[in-house]
Amino acid sequence: MITAKLLPGTAACQGCPSTMCLRTVLEALDKAVLVVPASCTSVYMGAYPHSAINIPVFNCTFASAASTATGIKGALEFKGIDAEVVVWAGDGGTYDIGLQALSGAAERNEDILYICYNNEIYSNTGIQRSGATPYGAWTNTTVSGKREHRKDVAEILITHDVPYVATASAGYLRDLYSKVRKARKIKGFRYIEILAPCPPGWRFPMDRTVEVGRLAVETGMWILYEHIHGEFRFTGLSRSIVEGKRKLRDLRDYLRIQGRFSNLSDEEIDEIEKFTQKKWEKLKKLHHELSHS
Amino acid sequence: MFEVLEHREKLQTKILTGNEASAYAAMNAKVRFVAGYPITPATSVIETISKLIDEGKMKARFVAVESEHSAMSACVGASYAGLRTFTATSSHGLAYMHEMLHFAVNARTPVVMAVANRAIGPGWNIWSDLSDSLSQRDTGWLQFYCSDIQEIYDTIAMAYRIAEQVMLPVMVCYDGFVLSHSTKPIEVTPLDGFIEERDAEGIDFDNPTTFGNISPPESYFSLRKAIHKAVEGSLDVIGCIEQEFLEYSNRYTPMLCEGYFLDDAEKVMVSMGAVASEARVAVDLLRDEGEKWGLLKVKSFKPLPKKIIKAMLSGKEVFVIDRSLSPGTGGILHHEMSSILGDVNSAILGLGGVDVTAEAIVGSLKRLRGFT
Repeated sequence: MITAKLLPGTAACQGCPSTMCLRTVLEALDKAVLVVPASCTSVYMGAYPHSAINIPVFNCTFASAASTATGIKGALEFKGIDAEVVVWAGDGGTYDIGLQALSGAAERNEDILYICYNNEIYSNTGIQRSGATPYGAWTNTTVSGKREHRKDVAEILITHDVPYVATASAGYLRDLYSKVRKARKIKGFRYIEILAPCPPGWRFPMDRTVEVGRLAVETGMWILYEHIHGEFRFTGLSRSIVEGKRKLRDLRDYLRIQGRFSNLSDEEIDEIEKFTQKKWEKLKKLHHELSHS
Repeated sequence: MFEVLEHREKLQTKILTGNEASAYAAMNAKVRFVAGYPITPATSVIETISKLIDEGKMKARFVAVESEHSAMSACVGASYAGLRTFTATSSHGLAYMHEMLHFAVNARTPVVMAVANRAIGPGWNIWSDLSDSLSQRDTGWLQFYCSDIQEIYDTIAMAYRIAEQVMLPVMVCYDGFVLSHSTKPIEVTPLDGFIEERDAEGIDFDNPTTFGNISPPESYFSLRKAIHKAVEGSLDVIGCIEQEFLEYSNRYTPMLCEGYFLDDAEKVMVSMGAVASEARVAVDLLRDEGEKWGLLKVKSFKPLPKKIIKAMLSGKEVFVIDRSLSPGTGGILHHEMSSILGDVNSAILGLGGVDVTAEAIVGSLKRLRGFT
């Protein structure tokens, strides 16, 4: 009997962060159904009649992940079936076309776990900008570099006051695993966003996915935290950085490894640095306010 | 006074609007999941259902979603997971669902939806026009057009039996305001014995399957072919269930089409929805003038009972009255009838809620035929 939940032989690119994160997530779940909107995952899981995912999967349309999950969870609850309904969506389906349904489900506090694997691009259609693409990054629709900063759906969901919001990185799978385990125990709407460095989209060698995922956190470009029932706390390496136990690495180390940032000018790097600094200050303030209120 | 009401209660007769009739039908058909978003003139369907659930009269999960796109997505999800689902919409709401309408068909989820027909903007027009649902013709949903409020109740009851037998979604359409907001005493027949709880396995966690992943050309082709055959095959199913409902309720509610004075008619009006009710009066008016007119009311637009229509109308002069417009093509029902009967006469009346009286129909037909 096959017990693995993500089987070998997916059609994913080599070095794909989505497959290793999905494997981690699935292992952290017991009885669950996966809702997958149009994304790389809907392709790499394989073609009918085969599938690489060994739990029930419902592939849905781009804009409908959170609402489809609402229907499935509603039905399971009505039938008295205790199972997790987990959305597994990319940043396109989460940040842009799916945001309305996501916000609606969050506001209704649907009892679902929504996971966004954020590779900061529409990778399935061949590397175009998304609302999550950072400033300065090359994509096929921002050939001279994106001129706007990314938005932040995790922060948007914090303002929805849902029970659980967390960030994770493909560089720290143990941290991801424990966050999924923690999210499982909480009732209501839960959101986890994983930074998922995409080798072809970000233009780095495929054997460096984990390294890039770690660099993002080490340089402070990606911040790990949890927001549980209104309490904010930094986690993992980000926590060590805030507590002064660990120094931030130069963000150029993160930018330099990726071809998508190869044409940045010094001014543009400064702009990224300023944005990153602002993000830290904002989260520190949130940490302070929520811990002392 | 009190006695009269009590008597009515025993007969299960209630004075209801078309939208309330929809809601009561969904309740009695043992719907267990409703996702809804308000849009005029369908709003009171969802309002009535949420009230019935709140009062404990209807046992179902109700989700007030944030859009019609999400309403249909949630219904598809819940239907896939084994529950009997319902929603209602109109006009822009239906257009907004378009993607999910296709999805419901390919997913073979037996969702039933009430559509209170309304024009599409701009300019904003909240009144009756069948173009909204008729322009969903090619999604694969079965579509029935009701002409009165009793018919709405009965059709929704039968729609669930049909949908779950052929595994296709069904729209029950009726003119906004004309039927959605007018009232009539109707028989709210309890449906126990006609519809049982939906018996669908739903998600199998022990033997997991992947639904809707990449479908290579050959398998996609067979999927679509199977859907086409299911729509065609639904004609027989509809006929059987119509008969079963007649025996159950002692009430004949036509589901395919219905003739009025067709036997000796030389000229026949063909229409759908509330206009077909008015056309019946127009036939009476013309018969009073000695003209041998008849009426064919099309109830099932999808599947269109082509053979029956052809047989009923052979040798007669046909005038199709549409309350819909496909710009550049003309009336949508007219287009369909021409594909069955060859070129037939066409009149387009009542777009955007323009009142269609029997006199207006008679006037229009006379003009078409060169009367003075």
